[in-house]
Amino acid sequence: MAQKAGKKEKIPRQGMPEQKPEVRRRNFKEVPLGYTRELAMKEAERCLQCKKPSCMEDCPVSVDIPGFIKFIKEGDFSGAIHKIWEKNALPAVCGRVCPQEMQCEGNCILGKKGEPVAIGNLERFVADYERENGKGDIPEKVERTGKRVAVVGSGPSGLTVAGDLVLKGHDVTIFEAFHKPGGVLVYGIPEFRLPKDIVYSEVKTLEKLGVKLECNNVVGRSVSVDELFEQGYDAVYIGVGAGLPSFLNIPGENSIGVYSANEYLTRANLMKAYLFPEYDTPIARGKNVVVLGAGNVAMDSARTAMRLGADKVRIVYRRSRQEMPARSAEIHHAEEEGIEFYLLTAPTRFISDDAGRVISMECLKMELGEPDDSGRRRPIPIEGSEFELECDMAVIAVGAGANPLLTQSTEDIELSKWGYIIADPDTGKTTKKAVWAGGDIVSGQATVILAMGAGRKVSDSIDNYLKWGW
Amino acid sequence: MFEIVKRQEMADGTVVMNEISAPQIAKKAKPGQFVILKANETGERIPLTMADTDPEKGIITIIYQIVGKSTALFKSLKTGDCFQDVIGPLGKPTHLEKLGTVVCVGGGTGVAVMHPITRGLKELGNNVFAVIGARNKDLLILEDKMKAASNELYVCTDDGSYGHHGFVTDVLKDILEKEDVKLVVGIGPVPMMKFVCKVTAEYNVKTFVSLNAIMVDGTGMCGCCRVTVGGKTRFACVDGPEFEGHEVDFDELMQRLQAYKEEEAIAYEQFKNAGGL
Repeated sequence: MAQKAGKKEKIPRQGMPEQKPEVRRRNFKEVPLGYTRELAMKEAERCLQCKKPSCMEDCPVSVDIPGFIKFIKEGDFSGAIHKIWEKNALPAVCGRVCPQEMQCEGNCILGKKGEPVAIGNLERFVADYERENGKGDIPEKVERTGKRVAVVGSGPSGLTVAGDLVLKGHDVTIFEAFHKPGGVLVYGIPEFRLPKDIVYSEVKTLEKLGVKLECNNVVGRSVSVDELFEQGYDAVYIGVGAGLPSFLNIPGENSIGVYSANEYLTRANLMKAYLFPEYDTPIARGKNVVVLGAGNVAMDSARTAMRLGADKVRIVYRRSRQEMPARSAEIHHAEEEGIEFYLLTAPTRFISDDAGRVISMECLKMELGEPDDSGRRRPIPIEGSEFELECDMAVIAVGAGANPLLTQSTEDIELSKWGYIIADPDTGKTTKKAVWAGGDIVSGQATVILAMGAGRKVSDSIDNYLKWGW
Repeated sequence: MFEIVKRQEMADGTVVMNEISAPQIAKKAKPGQFVILKANETGERIPLTMADTDPEKGIITIIYQIVGKSTALFKSLKTGDCFQDVIGPLGKPTHLEKLGTVVCVGGGTGVAVMHPITRGLKELGNNVFAVIGARNKDLLILEDKMKAASNELYVCTDDGSYGHHGFVTDVLKDILEKEDVKLVVGIGPVPMMKFVCKVTAEYNVKTFVSLNAIMVDGTGMCGCCRVTVGGKTRFACVDGPEFEGHEVDFDELMQRLQAYKEEEAIAYEQFKNAGGL
């Protein structure tokens, strides 16, 4: 039985079993294998059940963390999932892709002297356990209000808004431009980090709750925001993400074999090109691959290239290791799989053969100067340091901008000079009546959980509006 | 699911016409816009410019040549079968206006795309010359429709089996010599469009072309369809598919269209061996 805090026998943080690097670097199966019941309960035992849990402070969606962990400790996994569902409709996703080290786990009191509770692993365990062994429970349905909400985009913020509002009794329809729901969870994040069946299963849960899903609908082209109101929707949420790839704008960038990360990952993930020719969409299988950029998307691209049979994959980044924006776990996993880091290097030109296929990249060496606006030290080219880096494929993963397809077709929505939607930071209200926005189309490219956090604030605001008006 | 309500083989079975039930798209679509189609779960997303739309019946028409596995798979769909996914309308519509004398040059299945544009230009009161071509008589499509959609139609075949013996550009040149042409629209294989632009550049006549770059999403999200126009990179899916022809880097486009040549051959071969044809 549980002992009193203080006298508790010290249990070390339970690691999650994972595929060995030399095996997983050539397959698309998920890297961490998940906790067993026993491991989960043992890890849950470590939670101090703080009266004022600091772990919750930095959770963008305010999950009752000690609450659900207590259920796990008692072996009541169904109780645990219901506790999480109160605040988070996508636990299997969040348990996998949240930057816990900067949020809940970063604040865990145990982390001050030792290692924090593995909150992400536990959340993931509960969601997976429910999906695989549960009775198909869903959160309880409430009385319908008869109000209709259109959610544009089925990425993390759209799914959060849809889940929240359906639980508040509103009729919700999600419009997705692609042929499958999930947004970046499906086209961007690779199978080995977030299996697509898990995303579809979370979407199924929302559908069971009554959320309607319309794929193949490009709002802005297929239907306009104003037409949604004409069709009888009372409120519209825009969560279309930052779907505009940034390129380097250097010569030779249109050579064959030079991909935006969006294209490369969409082919691999959404279109399942890694299974070509079983699936019809092709993808280049570079042997000597360079990836430009050092964020999470760059790590995903590099690790995908390795799994597609590359001999050599290099992350080429113009700053130093310290400035790399990717999560430390992603960098660690990439390194374990044999991805090399080519730092303080900036590409200046792609060189192609007669057929237009990329064969190398001209680069410049950089050094770090004073910090820039982002607080990171600015890279400065070293004169005369040009050199050539051979490659037969390149992925450009230097971020994304605001896709103008929807915003251009929607009057009275004010945009920033970069084309992002201007929305009230507390409510997500845009300058157009009854229209909200959140996620990357407001913030610029960020993380899944930040988009979900934005969605949470918005759904409260939409609910208030539907009850009391603008 | 999007049902094929009518299906017709053309040009000796090398080209297929499908009328597809897609009411929402039919209601919105304008000449020059395209859709993306995916036949089934494992299928590829294929962009095709619409050949016609009927908003009242809720029908869109596509006409495609069988060039590889995906189009062969499309061809295998019978009347009553469904495309799993159809997305659109995508891309910018053709800018149609009254200019005076215009020439519409279509080659291969480009004629299908040209048809609604030709009709639209005539409806606005333009004097429309249409020039259509194919390798031989059997491969020629939509002759009657193009005749009805234009004021004057010229037909060319590469082998002389029908109409003018030679390329569409020969006839185009004759028209440019005789008439005060305000605009040329050229849609067809990339080499054809390139040569149409070469001819019209000599006469300094504004020319639009429709670019069939390889695409994935069709909404400006991936940059797969990037083309160089006027020295700048543009996305065919959202900035096009139509561009000012004299500015287009056709050689780059031709190379980029070959990006998956090997993979396309493997997939097509496998499909044929599995009895897919």
